[in-house]
Amino acid sequence: MGHCSTSVDLGTVSDSPEISETTVNAAVEAALEAIAAAADSSALKQVRTEHTGESSPLAKLNGMLRSVAPDQKAPLGKLVGQARGRVNGAFAAREQEIVEAENAAQLAAEAVDVTAIASRYRAGARHPLTLLQDRVSEIFTGMGWEIAEGPEVESEWFNFDALNFDADHPARAMQDTFFIDPPESHLVLRTHTSPVQVRSLLDRELPVYVLAPGRVYRTDEFDATHLPVFMQFEGLAVDKGLTMAHLKGTLDHFVKSIFGDEAKIRLRPSYFPFTEPSAELDFWHPTFKHGPRWIEWGGCGMVNPNVLRAAGIDPDVYSGFAFGMGIERGLMLRNDVQDMREMVEGDVRFSQQFGMVV
Amino acid sequence: MRVPLSWLAEYVDLAPGSTTDDVHAALVKVGLEEEDVHTFDVTGPVVVGEVLEFTEEPQKNGKTIRWCQVRVAPDGELAADGGPAVHGIVCGAGNFFVGDKVVVTLPGAVLPGPFPITPRKTYGHVSDGMIASTRELGLGDEHDGILRLSTLGVDAPVGTDAIALLGLDDAAVEINVTPDRGYAFSIRGVAREYAHATGATFRDPALRPELDTPIGDGYSVAIDDASPIRGRQGASVFATRIVRGVDASLPTPPWMMSRLKLAGIRSISLLVDITNYVMLELGQPIHGYDLDALAGGIVVRRAVPTETLETLDGQKRTLDREDLLITDGSGAIGIAGVMGGARTEMGDSTRNVLIEAANFDPVSIARTARRHKLPSEASKRFERGVDPSIAVAAASRVAELMVSLAGGEADAVAGVVGEPTAPQAVSFPDGYVSTLIGVDYTDEEIRGSLQEIGATIEDTDGGLLVTPPTWRPDLTDKSDLAEEVARIVGYDRIPSVLPVAPAGRGLSRSQRIRRTVADTLAAAGSTEILAFPFLGATENNVYGSADSEEVAAIKVANALDATSPYLRTTLIPGLIEAAKRNLSRGLTDLSLFEVGLVFRPEAGRKYGQVDLPSGVTLPTDDQLAELNAGIPPQPRHVGVLILGNAVSKQPGQQVVPSGIADALAAVTQIGLATGATIDVVQGSHKAFHPGRTAELRVGDRAVGFAGELLPQLALDSDLPRVVAVVELDLDAVIASTDAVFTAGVIGTLPAATQDLSLVVSVDAPAAAVGAAVREGAGELLESIRLVDDYRGSGLEDGTKSLTFALRFRAPDRTLTAAEATEAKLAGSALAAERFGAAIRD
Repeated sequence: MGHCSTSVDLGTVSDSPEISETTVNAAVEAALEAIAAAADSSALKQVRTEHTGESSPLAKLNGMLRSVAPDQKAPLGKLVGQARGRVNGAFAAREQEIVEAENAAQLAAEAVDVTAIASRYRAGARHPLTLLQDRVSEIFTGMGWEIAEGPEVESEWFNFDALNFDADHPARAMQDTFFIDPPESHLVLRTHTSPVQVRSLLDRELPVYVLAPGRVYRTDEFDATHLPVFMQFEGLAVDKGLTMAHLKGTLDHFVKSIFGDEAKIRLRPSYFPFTEPSAELDFWHPTFKHGPRWIEWGGCGMVNPNVLRAAGIDPDVYSGFAFGMGIERGLMLRNDVQDMREMVEGDVRFSQQFGMVV
Repeated sequence: MRVPLSWLAEYVDLAPGSTTDDVHAALVKVGLEEEDVHTFDVTGPVVVGEVLEFTEEPQKNGKTIRWCQVRVAPDGELAADGGPAVHGIVCGAGNFFVGDKVVVTLPGAVLPGPFPITPRKTYGHVSDGMIASTRELGLGDEHDGILRLSTLGVDAPVGTDAIALLGLDDAAVEINVTPDRGYAFSIRGVAREYAHATGATFRDPALRPELDTPIGDGYSVAIDDASPIRGRQGASVFATRIVRGVDASLPTPPWMMSRLKLAGIRSISLLVDITNYVMLELGQPIHGYDLDALAGGIVVRRAVPTETLETLDGQKRTLDREDLLITDGSGAIGIAGVMGGARTEMGDSTRNVLIEAANFDPVSIARTARRHKLPSEASKRFERGVDPSIAVAAASRVAELMVSLAGGEADAVAGVVGEPTAPQAVSFPDGYVSTLIGVDYTDEEIRGSLQEIGATIEDTDGGLLVTPPTWRPDLTDKSDLAEEVARIVGYDRIPSVLPVAPAGRGLSRSQRIRRTVADTLAAAGSTEILAFPFLGATENNVYGSADSEEVAAIKVANALDATSPYLRTTLIPGLIEAAKRNLSRGLTDLSLFEVGLVFRPEAGRKYGQVDLPSGVTLPTDDQLAELNAGIPPQPRHVGVLILGNAVSKQPGQQVVPSGIADALAAVTQIGLATGATIDVVQGSHKAFHPGRTAELRVGDRAVGFAGELLPQLALDSDLPRVVAVVELDLDAVIASTDAVFTAGVIGTLPAATQDLSLVVSVDAPAAAVGAAVREGAGELLESIRLVDDYRGSGLEDGTKSLTFALRFRAPDRTLTAAEATEAKLAGSALAAERFGAAIRD
């Protein structure tokens, strides 16, 4: 604090302290020394009490200002005030240093190996077949279609008769049907999602544009490419003026949406009782496992006039198209699943590799 | 249908050098889908050899081998393998003589297997090739000895290529024939389709002039169908031809044998082979009778009850009154179109043959073939429709082959009973096909396509009158004709046009919520599975009902697995099965869920109906209502199974084993996802732990259970003792919720929080005590949460202390402590009234 030009006698502060440059400086020096020595915030708090508290030397010197001669009040007041300022400044600076050091030490102590943190999360997953079914449904709802559903234990009338499968039709025997006991109840586990076509035509107002995804049943053996219980989706559009070109356009849009813009389709003449003309749907994609090629993925065609008649629709006014594909096969082709059995065993690793996205 | 290319080429011009792939590619364009390719898999050098001499050498193993010298090339020439003209060959067979012509596979040849031929040391000689049997060549099943060419009626110079000689260089394409195209079960039909696909010239084998036979008084035949099925006569045409003086012991020539083999038909005897050959060629099933075994004239009639017949497979069959029979004076001699009888079949001693080429009603044949489980090559064709106009030609083709190959003499005339049904003309309006397909077909394309498939066309006002060919009984509607035009012109002509659907409403509410439930459970750590819905009676009875011993279930009549013939009434067994599979694969901490249908018939109720309405027209409202009433209830359930650790041992983390808490957490997640308030009350279920079962309710309705399985059941299923499960009726939960949620006001004024400890009997459910507090405290109580359930010192026996954290708030003012206390005391007062609750100090 540079020099001080007071003439007051400043003896020792201890016994009969007087306000002097000596006593003030001594108090300041002692305080600064103690502040510097304080190692942590509790020590600093102690130092603060000792050197600035009510019974500290500086406080006492300050108290003595009341009794000095009036002409000395100003210079001595200044002397003490500046001393207290120095000490308080030192406290603040040291306090900041200590807080920062302590914060840093705490953060350092809290550091962890982020790769060894206990997880409270359990990995779950949707089944890729239901995810793919949802995805397919979205593509069609995006076009304004609706999703239709029906029972899995179904009357033969909906599963066969109304779909132009006459009771003696060879195709009816070819469907590998699970019959419900007793057989004369004429109930079956639906062999395809097509009965939902009939239900949709009976229940909904025309025009109808629906997609019916769901489980179907055939008495197939259980192997890498066959399941007795599997999932299909069936599309049906009945409107005025629909043509086979509309069927092709819809399927084209669908395969490009789900497999990418490079995918393309081909229709081959075929036969189904409920469509006429009928076609097999082949589609082509450059990234198939064994090279770009045509792969069969379902059947389609123009709704057979007999099916429209069974639903009370005049085939001379309305026409329609329908198509059906297997979701398992879609998953095999799209995501390179090699063995259908993996899809139904329930091994969590199978679904978890997909997670929530297919 | 398997089609040998050499046979196909007889009736249509195959493009030169056509491979099986080329033929497949052509046929697939017109709708005959590729299935497979069949070849003999024999590659040369395989030649005709002559046995010059042999010595018999008995061996230590008891066998006698022959060390043969076989000439395989003319004297002075090299053999086809580059070796000498005479090869030394070891042969194990003993059925040949010096001077026999045989088939020699020389080193370098490969037989089916593949079985490559090399010179090899055996029995003290170097055998430089092999003398082949019919089976080794893939031509037949005969393996009693080597093939002596004379037994096939074949002779050829030494050194001749035996592969070509025996037709082993032929190959067949196999195509899938859809049920509407019965005519494609013939070389005739496939050749025609190949012509459609390629424009090649087709020569109809049924129209060969040689087959044109005068009709006269043939064998006595009468059709007497007293009970036609659906008003259709069982037989419309029955043609016969007699061939006399055949030698039934003559061999089937190799060209026929190889074609039959490629077509998948076993060679049996010359006479039978000829009938099969003609069936494959023309699509007309043929039956041959030993004429001398017939007892008088033939009558085609329905069976009478208890009538029996021993069919030619040796089985005695009891006939049904719907079965159509071929009979003679002795009774039944064949089931029409399905299988002949044993007594009149052609055999080795047959000298005179009666050939039958008939046209039987598809429905009658289909029912009989199914009834007797006798699907045959003949019934397959009749079910799909056989061309009724070729019966005489087919019978004559058989006669032609029997005359040329079996040395017989055919009667000059064929007999015919009945008239082929004439195809019905179909009206085909102008513009129809273009409107349906979306292609502007020219008039030439339309007429040309229809004529090409064999239809005849007449112009009428506003369109065409099209008479389909006799072999196309499937063409009955204008849409059938439209398909013919579209496929003959080519489906590749159809453009791609995306139709615009009317604006849709997206997923239904239920569909959306179901998806959210699955997403929520998966996001909360559960893995979705899809189990087969087939169960045994026990599994349904144990898990499908909370209290009764037996649960009504739907039974599958033809279950794949006889131990699981029932449809599931509950999702739990499927989850258990999946859990076991995961455990067996070393995955020990599991949370699995499934969303799927269960099948819950009402006990004692009959579903379905015996008589279905017609599928031809719209049923009446009553009929539809009856159909729908016959469908058993199939609610959609959600099931969850959790076992092992909920949180596994990790650094600084103790194991948290799973249990009922995880089941209830899943219920909370489902409640969140559905927007439903699912109440949890103490419950009981015979498959659940008696003290750890929660019944789940929405409103007054029980919708499912959550808790832990009965430990012994879990252990018996090879699962750990603690298995937490949830199953609830998702449809019912969704139905309980409002379509649109009504939002409350979120208060922003300061809250007052207080704790309340109540001493109640240990039997008092915490949720019910809490509900009483909530009700008593009134609207000021914003939230109540159970924070402690204390039992033990300081409390009387049989009591517990429940501590609730309460948060009070008023919408319009800052609450005072006194107001909050007043509400709290009102709450505890109601709990005191209902449960004798006392405030614990």
